[in-house]
Amino acid sequence: MKTLEKVLTKNKQLLSIYFTCGYPKLNDTAKVITALEKSGVDFIEVGLPYSDPLADGPTIQDSSQKALENGINLDIVFEQLLAIKDTNKTPLVLMGYLNQLLKYGEDKFCKKVVECGIDTLIIPDLPMVEYENHYQELFDNYGITNVFLITPHTSEERIKKIDAYTKAFIYVVASASITGAKGEISNNQIAYFERIKEMNLQSKLIVGFGISDRQTFTTACEYANGAIIGSAFIKNIGEKGVAQIDAFIKPIIS
Amino acid sequence: MKSKFHPDENGYFGQYGGAFIPELLHPNVKELADNYIQIIESDEFQKEYKSLLKDYVGRPTPLYLAKRLSEKYGATIYLKREDLNHTGAHKVNNTVGQILIAKKLGKTKIIAETGAGQHGVATATVCALMGLECTVFMGEKDIVRQSPNVARMKMLGAKVVPAISGSKTLKDATNEAIRYWIQNPETFYLIGSVVGPHPHPDMVARLQAIISEEMKWQLKEKTGKENPDTIIACVGGGSNAAGTFYHYLDDEDVELISVEAAGLGVNSGESAATSQLGEVGIIHGSKTILMQDEYGQISEPYSISAGLDYPGVGPLHAFLCETKRAKFMSATDKEALDAAFELTKIEGIIPALETAHALAVLPKIKFKKDQVVVVNLSGRGDKDLEIYIKHLEV
Repeated sequence: MKTLEKVLTKNKQLLSIYFTCGYPKLNDTAKVITALEKSGVDFIEVGLPYSDPLADGPTIQDSSQKALENGINLDIVFEQLLAIKDTNKTPLVLMGYLNQLLKYGEDKFCKKVVECGIDTLIIPDLPMVEYENHYQELFDNYGITNVFLITPHTSEERIKKIDAYTKAFIYVVASASITGAKGEISNNQIAYFERIKEMNLQSKLIVGFGISDRQTFTTACEYANGAIIGSAFIKNIGEKGVAQIDAFIKPIIS
Repeated sequence: MKSKFHPDENGYFGQYGGAFIPELLHPNVKELADNYIQIIESDEFQKEYKSLLKDYVGRPTPLYLAKRLSEKYGATIYLKREDLNHTGAHKVNNTVGQILIAKKLGKTKIIAETGAGQHGVATATVCALMGLECTVFMGEKDIVRQSPNVARMKMLGAKVVPAISGSKTLKDATNEAIRYWIQNPETFYLIGSVVGPHPHPDMVARLQAIISEEMKWQLKEKTGKENPDTIIACVGGGSNAAGTFYHYLDDEDVELISVEAAGLGVNSGESAATSQLGEVGIIHGSKTILMQDEYGQISEPYSISAGLDYPGVGPLHAFLCETKRAKFMSATDKEALDAAFELTKIEGIIPALETAHALAVLPKIKFKKDQVVVVNLSGRGDKDLEIYIKHLEV
């Protein structure tokens, strides 16, 4: 996490991009990561394609489906990430569903993650009680840290608990939603962002779900350390290809 | 004494169960988990639930001695006639109960998933009865093969939303229902089987338990004993089996047989026999036995029956399988069709395709003379007529 930690302390609006591994083409992983690094993205979420992604909207669902049809699997993902380990300097975070880790073998999974130079996981269907009863110890053994999500419905008490567990950042889910671009940020969302900001948490805050362009990105960053763009990026590389990544990123951060 | 077949405080039956849900659903699921037992056990709920089951659903359902079927298989075979319930299957026991719980919790919008459409119809029915808004998610493929039920839901005022992802069947309808629930956490997810995050599996089992509650006194009246020797029920997610087994779980001398859909054959690649093809995994918020590949990608199950082609099984059933408390058997499409035609011909009862799977294991079991067997006749076959007609000539 050392590099991610360092990035998170930067005094700037942090941009993270989510992409689905193995999409649009099976071997695009290195190309996407390199292009994102060149464009100045601060850290990258690598999505592990899953057959039944409950927390994802249609765009990421479709990209996952396509990636699986392309033949992606966890072994290939780890090979691809290992191959760029020494050249890539942008911190990576893995996002997947708990069943993938369970079936692959919890220890084997964690070992591979560490081998690839990654130490931060986002698992949207890992609830806090399961983390406390089992996964905290497992992850600690490998020096892996878990990113918790909070939503407009998460109680203050629970947010404080999550804050105490957090070593990387808290993923602030922007609205009661699954992933996907929604356009503007509403007044209700702003009130929620303000409420979280005023809690003066020790953790860094990164906003995600519904962030799609410069406007939503900068609005979110007023209340947090940065924001994650996922579906809008996937849509863009799906339509325009990997070569147009810079053209998508630049207007957001310049 | 607490039964080992009841879940612990985190919703686990042995290693199976739990609530693997995105954070967004946490407040809703917790609200239900904190309240469901208290609500179900309250006098007010019991009075209303029992009264609706009696006068609206038509319970108790008969326990019918199927003489010709008994003769044929050399046992004493009773059919628990859940097919005679209002809306045509056991599903309504659960929807009547859950709609009362939803009302108690102040919910006004109901969502549900459906496979064969039986749960969708049963949900749309109670929503009409209570004047609540109802949205049902149904796989696009199931919408085609169970069209009469789609028409019934629409007539009952429900909105039917096609699930177009994945295999376009029950699994995907459930995914879409959960995604909608995440985006609309104020809605009540009226789940149709003993699946999903805790407390859904236990709540649904408790509401379906009326089946075995009645069986106890009905068997006592008819045979002098509350307990049969054997109970047979089909299992997709497993709600009718859970209800039929419920009051007998701790009576280990009662043999429990769960019948899964083998599709074109257990090892044909076109099957839904989860207990034989599955391994430990997480689906729809609970840890259970799950059909999946070596990387944890969930497999697309197959069965001729839209109510049984589910790649998992409720966590209680995973536990019953692991502990060998229940014996798991399977029946292919063809065996189920044959069983459906047989029951129709010799008893004059057209069963649902799901139910036909339970009947299809009768020829596979060597019964002792006078063995008392109860087959849960979970639903009637009106919805499957199109498929039956297609096979009539063959």
